[in-house]
Amino acid sequence: MSLSLISRIFGEKKKTTAAIAKERLGLIITHEGGHSGRPGINLKALQQELIDVISKYVPINKDDVKVELEKNANLEVLEVSITIPEAQPKTA
Amino acid sequence: MSKVVVITSGKGGVGKTTTSAAIASGLALRGHKTAVIDFDVGLRNLDLIMGCERRVVYDFVNVIQGDARLSQALIKDKQCENLYILPASQTRDKDALTEEGVEEVIDQLRQMDFEFIVCDSPAGIEHGAVMALTFADEAIITTNPEVSSVRDSDRIIGILQSKSRRAQNGEEPVVEHLLITRYSPRRVAEGEMLSYKDVQELLRIPLIGVIPESEAVLQASNQGMPAIHLKGSDVAEAYSDVVARFLEEGSREEALAKRPLRFVDYAKPGLIQRIFGGK
Repeated sequence: MSLSLISRIFGEKKKTTAAIAKERLGLIITHEGGHSGRPGINLKALQQELIDVISKYVPINKDDVKVELEKNANLEVLEVSITIPEAQPKTA
Repeated sequence: MSKVVVITSGKGGVGKTTTSAAIASGLALRGHKTAVIDFDVGLRNLDLIMGCERRVVYDFVNVIQGDARLSQALIKDKQCENLYILPASQTRDKDALTEEGVEEVIDQLRQMDFEFIVCDSPAGIEHGAVMALTFADEAIITTNPEVSSVRDSDRIIGILQSKSRRAQNGEEPVVEHLLITRYSPRRVAEGEMLSYKDVQELLRIPLIGVIPESEAVLQASNQGMPAIHLKGSDVAEAYSDVVARFLEEGSREEALAKRPLRFVDYAKPGLIQRIFGGK
């Protein structure tokens, strides 16, 4: 009681609720900031190149290669999924 | 060249529609041919804020589904010469907005020589909100100085940077602007509210303006008149400044230096003022 009275007179200002809000938000804000962040990935071009490369080895369709960029809390996931069509049985 | 501008926020009730109406009207008042589109399918409200609810015949979804031509659905604003409103459908659901359909409508607006196409986003991060930001060249992130709004703005910025056409195609990123609305300089001075500097530091995108909390906004929406038309009100002045800065060439810092923020400082009432009242 007396201590809190003393501290109220002499010192330490109580943190404002706005300061608490800022501190809490500082811990959960995720993004890098509009212009300081890494430039976007050209997903269409990436998809095309993947198709070109894979086509050299396996015949695939354009739709068999999916490229997606997912942003989670503090990381980005580049998801590439390639479906290889079942091999046609060779006709003798 | 048309510019597509999305007004977005993630969180609801922060002032997206108020801002869309005010900014679209402000651009038109400065002589730019502008269209404003309501993307909130199922919960349309822009028509009410713009005061054209009784003139809605066809809507955005009718145009996408080919039941009406775009020219039949566009409503000419009664206050501004260069302004047209495209209302949302009240009866469909958000899936009626297909990406191809939205693109087609925006392309048609470009061909009609609209200089600005303002997209009023629904709240949330679902389909409707994504459609509203997909074709954006610039984005106005509307944020209240309050924890949940700041977090949701952070989230929507992330979505803008991954799902917009510009991001998907690896082009120049969408230009982001931070607009802080419902700001109370008194509460900031008393440590009860995040300051605009705090919000800007947290979100780290350039600030385009601060709109004070004001009773005038309700007065405006009551009458179906965009807040920018309320002569002499702080809100109208603050929105006019935002439009002027938005149109300014060069960097945002220069635009802010040329037209400094107003209505952000709180003058403590003096003793006499406190005794005799008065605002």
